[in-house]
Amino acid sequence: MNLKELYQEIILEHGKNPRNLRKTDNFNKDAKGNNPLCGDNVHVYLKLNDQRKVEDISFEGSGCAISMASASIMTDLIKGKSDNEAKEIIEDFLGMIKENPDLKNKILKEDDKTKLMCLSGVKQYPMRVKCATLSWHTLVSAMENDGKRVSTED
Amino acid sequence: MNINNIKKEFPIFDEKIQNNDLVYLDSANSSQKPKVVLDRINDFYSKQFSNVGRSIHYLAVAATNLYENTRTSVQKYINAKDKNEIVFTKGATEALNLVANTLGQAILKPNDEILITELEHHSNYVPWHFLRKSKNIKIKFAEINEDGDIPIENIEKEITDKTKVIAITHLSNVTGAVLPIKEITQLAHSKGIVVVVDGCQGGPHLKLDMQDLDCDFYAISCHKMYGPTGLGVLYGKKKWLEQLPPYQGGGGMINDVKKDRISYGELPNKYEAGTMATAQVIAFDQSIKFLESIGIENIIKHEKELIEYGQEILQKNNSVKLIGNPKERGGVLSFTVEGVHPHDIATILDETGVAIRAGHHCCQILHDKLGISASARASLGVYNTKDDLDKLNEGINNCKKVFDLK
Repeated sequence: MNLKELYQEIILEHGKNPRNLRKTDNFNKDAKGNNPLCGDNVHVYLKLNDQRKVEDISFEGSGCAISMASASIMTDLIKGKSDNEAKEIIEDFLGMIKENPDLKNKILKEDDKTKLMCLSGVKQYPMRVKCATLSWHTLVSAMENDGKRVSTED
Repeated sequence: MNINNIKKEFPIFDEKIQNNDLVYLDSANSSQKPKVVLDRINDFYSKQFSNVGRSIHYLAVAATNLYENTRTSVQKYINAKDKNEIVFTKGATEALNLVANTLGQAILKPNDEILITELEHHSNYVPWHFLRKSKNIKIKFAEINEDGDIPIENIEKEITDKTKVIAITHLSNVTGAVLPIKEITQLAHSKGIVVVVDGCQGGPHLKLDMQDLDCDFYAISCHKMYGPTGLGVLYGKKKWLEQLPPYQGGGGMINDVKKDRISYGELPNKYEAGTMATAQVIAFDQSIKFLESIGIENIIKHEKELIEYGQEILQKNNSVKLIGNPKERGGVLSFTVEGVHPHDIATILDETGVAIRAGHHCCQILHDKLGISASARASLGVYNTKDDLDKLNEGINNCKKVFDLK
């Protein structure tokens, strides 16, 4: 166990100053997620344009440094991607957090991948994996826009 | 028994937890177990095991006697009038569900009101919530004051002529507030209201005297009282337990079963359907003996000193905000640290062997009221020392370092 691996500089910085922590004007997709074990919650807003490109993505909510940083980095990286690219990145991220040693997608630039890999420290802290994945699961739900509330305990 | 040496009675403190000495500050969640309790479970299963209350062979009779001995010990420990007022359940949660369910079946009518408080644990809210749907019962909440206390006036002003039950905690698992159950019961009974007490935190930290409190029901969690998991106690006044219907059906709780009719057993069997947590009940006798050997007065004194010391050092720590400042605080110190989320605090403390809890502690109503989604909580047991609280404070300072806070 290594706290420095969990709380890397980038995570602390994003946790303290989360990007896109606001509500997208004219969003056309959104979803709420919560972690009933701790009461943390997140609301993800998405504006997909006619070309199915993510014109804007934002989030509101409160949570620990890990969950805030994860949501912040996520919104940063997903903005400007097509919905298919976004889905691939999400799947790749969730795969990496669960079992894969690395990210496999060819969409993200190397330094963006490095940012995401900073979250891999949670692998050593099973109770904290949910903190890192909540916003991503909520984004999936927003993209599907099935109106379902995401809960880490479902 | 010398309270300063009490840690030695608990084998877990001989263990290294991730290479650290354990600083266990999560006893409000569940307490550690003394060796006498662990040995008793092993001995019972190894040398004396049988199911209770059914067979007539030697082991069955002996096990039944042991099981009933615990009932008598509990009766004495909580000063209940009658042994049959003690019902074993799978936990305090089941005890509270039992009361809500059976009062709902037999006594409550649509539009009746249940009065609970903003301090309640989910286990003393959700079972009553079920009756909102099934019986159209209303639930009202007595509000906390700015100290995280519930003054009796806040209860009194919510009482109407529809109030049938007051369901209330003895000791808040978040603010540590000790509520004046005896006075609340006097007030309630003067208006014909039933009083149900969630005694999960009262059990390990307070003197329990059912005849003095005079409440109608009192739920106890044995695993928070240095006892095994999977076991709770429901104290209920005989007049209620006799009058209310059974909660679960099955073996052991019946008197006579025919194709067209069934009659139920006498107390306490009526509420103990199926094979009970036999070994846990028998081992819980040792928990009571353990508590008695120290003496609840000594435990209260010891924990009061720790709470005062904890409050003092945490108040000196500029980044820490203690939750609640109740007139009488027992067992728990909940807090937030500016700039560090409670989950991050818990993870960072854990690295040095300091085990606390972070989250809403099953009290979302209270956290909503406080305007926070989570808090950190250090909770005490007989084995804690001032040194443990110093380590807590050091850990908090380490959090500030990790997060680069002043």
